[in-house]
Amino acid sequence: MTRYIEGFRKMDAASHFRTTLAEQGRQLAEQGRSIHLMEVCGSHTMAIARFGIRDFLPAAISLVSGPGCPVCVTDPGYIDAAITLAGQGKIIATFGDMLRVPGSRTSLAEARAAGGRVEVCYSPLTAIELARNHPETEVVFLAVGFETTIAPVVAMLDAVIRQAIDNVSLLTAFKRVPPALSALIADPEIQIDGLLCPAHVSAIIGADAYRPYAEQYGVACVVAGFEPLDILYGLQGLTQQLLENRPHVDNQYGRVVKAEGNRQAQRLMEHYLLPADASWRGLGTIPASGLVLRPEFARFDAVHRHGILPTPGRINPRCQCGEVLKGKIRPAQCPLFGVACHPDKPLGPCMVSSEGSCAADFKYARGGA
Amino acid sequence: MQIVAIAENGTGTVDLDGTRYPVELMLIEDPQIGDYVLIHAGYAIEKLDIAEADARLALFESLAEIYRQETGLPVTLAAPPRQREAV
Amino acid sequence: MNDCVLLGHGGGGRLSHQLIEQEIVARFGQGPLQTLPDAATLELDSRRICFTTDSFVVHPLEFPGGNIGDLAVHGTVNDLAVSGARPRWLSLGLILEEGLPLATLRRVLDSVQRAAEQCEVAVVTGDTKVVRRGQCDGLYINTSGIGEAIPGFALSLSRVGLGDCILVSGPLGDHGAAVLSAREGFQMQNGPLSDSRPVHRLVQSVADLAADIRFMRDPTRGGLATVLNEMTAGQSYGIRIRARDLPFSPGTNALAEMLGLDLLHVASEGCLVLLCAESVAAAILARWQALPEGVDARAIGRVTDQAGRVILETAIGGQRVVDVPSGELLPRIC
Repeated sequence: MTRYIEGFRKMDAASHFRTTLAEQGRQLAEQGRSIHLMEVCGSHTMAIARFGIRDFLPAAISLVSGPGCPVCVTDPGYIDAAITLAGQGKIIATFGDMLRVPGSRTSLAEARAAGGRVEVCYSPLTAIELARNHPETEVVFLAVGFETTIAPVVAMLDAVIRQAIDNVSLLTAFKRVPPALSALIADPEIQIDGLLCPAHVSAIIGADAYRPYAEQYGVACVVAGFEPLDILYGLQGLTQQLLENRPHVDNQYGRVVKAEGNRQAQRLMEHYLLPADASWRGLGTIPASGLVLRPEFARFDAVHRHGILPTPGRINPRCQCGEVLKGKIRPAQCPLFGVACHPDKPLGPCMVSSEGSCAADFKYARGGA
Repeated sequence: MQIVAIAENGTGTVDLDGTRYPVELMLIEDPQIGDYVLIHAGYAIEKLDIAEADARLALFESLAEIYRQETGLPVTLAAPPRQREAV
Repeated sequence: MNDCVLLGHGGGGRLSHQLIEQEIVARFGQGPLQTLPDAATLELDSRRICFTTDSFVVHPLEFPGGNIGDLAVHGTVNDLAVSGARPRWLSLGLILEEGLPLATLRRVLDSVQRAAEQCEVAVVTGDTKVVRRGQCDGLYINTSGIGEAIPGFALSLSRVGLGDCILVSGPLGDHGAAVLSAREGFQMQNGPLSDSRPVHRLVQSVADLAADIRFMRDPTRGGLATVLNEMTAGQSYGIRIRARDLPFSPGTNALAEMLGLDLLHVASEGCLVLLCAESVAAAILARWQALPEGVDARAIGRVTDQAGRVILETAIGGQRVVDVPSGELLPRIC
């Protein structure tokens, strides 16, 4: 099995890409061009930082981080709602990244320190285990995430319903990648020449989801895996498309991603969820960019069940996460970066999540290596 | 990760280098023992197409070979057994 | 005796006495502890001693590869060893939660006894308290340790020079990964195994090369990344390590793949990081590799002129800064 992990982390092949990317950089410079490529997904952001991939890029190719960190785009009002539920004695089950995200006033980590039951999960299945072990208490699962995470959460809900467990509910803030990309690409202020499309999200939604960006907006698209050679090959492929002025969707992650995606997962999601407008921290409300529980499953919706009314909440007005998420500025260009906003005391969500572009830049590339 | 067992309730066991752990299989169609799968949050979310993976590895290896020839490097040393590269 | 710890076990009366006699003196009463004096009287051979203390709070108390008992001994022994001392004496302070099964306590104390014997240290003084249920997580241990300085060691970061080598004695991150996998109930087979073990023999095996050894640390909380950053903070030099030279165990690697953990941030409890002159690096590695706890030892990097920076050459030949982790280690979302 290591073959399929280590095989994608080899130095000599990476060195080859260093050479070809440098050559592509020369060609771009000859044409007087510089290009902006966006890695959409937080796991790509992490891998790029972790493997030192920026090192491989010539000056004419710049890489900007997109909105693909689910924690980073969650509204503070959502955290406030979770804290309210924790205050009512419910068990909050959450992925670890959510713990330190600032709400309007405090975070879930602070709520836990104040006595709230907040349990960190690796898998949504932990919610079922918690519900079994605490039959007298409701377990509220913080259902945030993109398509990759939505599918497992919905599968968990399916198990809850099949096993007739009644003390689990979801506080949903599901987000879909394509509508957010459409909004970004249609924004005239934002220059994106190419998209490094997510690996795992694409496994669910399929490579065809990106065709409108190539066909209508002329944006180069490569679906790439999260391993470093996949990323380098993807960046080379995007640059080549742009050099040749031939933008299209190139699915380089064919070992996992099908054109149509994972139909089984899609069917399950369609059974339980409906598209709805969603509010993205830093980006505002984007039409049909969220997924909510269908009315017939409202009893599993924590908002419906407890009559709470989530608000957008309050964001630190100096926080530039919105601009970072849109790829308009690099994290270091935010005046708070590394000074008032620090991984140990994050003001904005991009500094909280290990996938957030600010945290990734702070952690791995502070001041450049 | 490779599926090495599937229980009656549909839960699978996957193996990575001899380490095994449970994984839910309900998000993939027709899981079989021997399939390689991509896992996210405790669920297999897609199968790995081994032919595609091998073809891509072969491509990367050929690019590495080009690099070695161009730079006059000897064949690189393989990592010692049981040692895994860090990131 | 009842089968779990009662508040009365800490009350100073007959129950307390029973617990101390049956569980503590029975195990550790050969030396100064025999008569339960208020303080141990010890005879020193050397005028230079090292003295350290550490508290142990781990959940779960027992994990693959060890338990809080051997961890407490190894943690303190290792703190003495990396200071260039030969560990001699330990104290054992126990804080027990009412309701702790005595069977668990006995397993932990057996581990303390076994680990102390292996490390050739004597438990010479101790204390036991019992707190109400809910006021502690089963069992906490504090161990202080006294060691005698081994002549020749003059460990100081001020002696570090360009080109010096960084060596590690074994795989990194095994302890933290084992505890995390046990705590989260990942039900792994052949998963990570804690490396809870002493490093004093590794230190003693290179004592004759002490003049060229600059510094030693054991990468516990915060992992290798934290130790390397401590070694370079505010210094005129930096450190560069190579990913392809870092040793990791397969089970630990599997967990890291599963959770997206950066193993540079994960704790070891039986690993030694050593900074030395290049001239003795090969000899040290050879000595270590001849010991069971050092078979996976290797050189991982060098001292550079990049002041205060720890740089990793990644598997693909890129480079990045190695920073200290912030906060607790958490499984992340994707």
